[in-house]
Amino acid sequence: MSRRETVIFALVAAAFALLSLLPFVGSAYFMTLSISVAMYGVLATSWALFSGPTHYISLATAAFYGIGAYTVGAGIEALPYPVLLLIAAGLGAATALLVGLATLRLSGVYFVIFTLGLAEFIRQVVTWVQNNFTGSRGMYVLTDLTDRHIYWQLLALGALVALVGWAVNRSRLGFALRIIGNDELVAAHSGIHSARAKVALFVISGVFASVVGAVMAPRFTYIEPSIAFSPELSFQVVIMALLGGVHRLWGPLLGVIPFTLLWELISASFPTQTVLLLGVAFLLIVYFIPQGVVGLLEKLKRKDGGHA
Amino acid sequence: MPDVRQAVRERIVLDVQAVSKHFGGLRAVDGVSFSVRQHEVMGIIGPNGSGKTTMMNLISGALKPTSGDIYLGERLISGRPARDIARAGVARTFQLVRVLPSLSVVENVMAGAVFGHKRLWGREARKYAERQLERVGMAHAVKMPVSALTYIDEKRVELARALASDPEILLLDEWLAGLNPTELQTGIELIKSLRDDGRTVILVEHVMDAIRSLCDRCVVMSSGVQIAAGTPEVALADPEVIRAYLGDDHA
Repeated sequence: MSRRETVIFALVAAAFALLSLLPFVGSAYFMTLSISVAMYGVLATSWALFSGPTHYISLATAAFYGIGAYTVGAGIEALPYPVLLLIAAGLGAATALLVGLATLRLSGVYFVIFTLGLAEFIRQVVTWVQNNFTGSRGMYVLTDLTDRHIYWQLLALGALVALVGWAVNRSRLGFALRIIGNDELVAAHSGIHSARAKVALFVISGVFASVVGAVMAPRFTYIEPSIAFSPELSFQVVIMALLGGVHRLWGPLLGVIPFTLLWELISASFPTQTVLLLGVAFLLIVYFIPQGVVGLLEKLKRKDGGHA
Repeated sequence: MPDVRQAVRERIVLDVQAVSKHFGGLRAVDGVSFSVRQHEVMGIIGPNGSGKTTMMNLISGALKPTSGDIYLGERLISGRPARDIARAGVARTFQLVRVLPSLSVVENVMAGAVFGHKRLWGREARKYAERQLERVGMAHAVKMPVSALTYIDEKRVELARALASDPEILLLDEWLAGLNPTELQTGIELIKSLRDDGRTVILVEHVMDAIRSLCDRCVVMSSGVQIAAGTPEVALADPEVIRAYLGDDHA
């Protein structure tokens, strides 16, 4: 590790330590907001681990999230909670592996549609199973976990996703993905196993989304397919990550924080128009800041350097 | 030239045996056989549409032959995916130059060093990539973004990337195409220097001067078929070759 990396590492660790003290200072509403930011932070960062370098837009976040949430919902009466988190991670990995092997050979657009369909498909299956075999539309998730416990878990996941992202970026795998994102033909002729690299990253991001879903399940108290597999979630994650910028590990976070706060406002003031406004936000971001906040910052920095 | 070349003349690096590639009814390559010896520069020439680039794609694994075998040393490589062939020791450049736009110049070259035949990593890969850039006369550009490069420099970066995998055999697909007369001289000198290094090279080329001055032997293709082979002097004088290029009147 270089000196600079050690400093950054220490700063990030200190930031996480400070953030872990938040539950002792803020109000309940502040905790709710912090949970949203932490949740979207983990989801968008892990999403960008895969989609940033490969440029494959995945709309499968809701599928993984729902799998995680339902794992906890279905198992909470029978198994200890930590075991359920592991099972959620395992199911997320297995699903991502299957989907990845089946679809990553597809070119961009088909992959997007497939991942969107996947979340919908799993939602329909879960609904069907519940209607026909359990006789209820949803299930109760009753635990002793409070908001601050959930927040701490999300924070730990955030630290983990940062660590994994950092490790991937400096590995052969990370380098391979950047080449694949630039030119798959060159990647293949340079000796890169593209499918394997893409599946590996897709699995990593799928596992994180599943565990986030599992962690969030107790917060809902009652979950049903339309909550756990909400397609809106997938879109929100994509928009936040793009708003922040996906070619830096810390980029998505710069999108998550303003967007989550803005979203609080919007859903409070215009509760029926949220989806419409989501679409407008997406158009504006793609049109005006395609490289995200990070790209904007880097552009300003370059301009500054030019004048100096 | 009875020098070092003579001593190792017999070792065959690449052996192409009766290879065909059909696209539906079109026989793009039809039963072509040739072999390339170590340290040899082999030219593949022929009129437009004669199957030269298809032949390159078959060797590098971009396409799979319909029939026939290709061996790299003792290894059967035909039918393997491109990534395996690259690792086995075949590196190539592309007819339309392909650099990686969001990577720096040295990272472009590292791609070859890290994932190709050589498989280096970290500092070692970077140093090796820098040396390859120096090798092609691009030492000044190590830290530059690719967007700042001129056309010939892009080509040089691509060549350095291929060299960085330390391949058993290097495929240059019209590497000299599109260069202006001055650049062309630089380009020919560069390839000549690779030849002097003892690199084994196959080049597809339209520039006849380059063929004459660079190639030890060449294969002439026309409509997918091999119509002549031998030293450039012999092959280019072949009546069949003259007919293929210029029509019956000149043969």
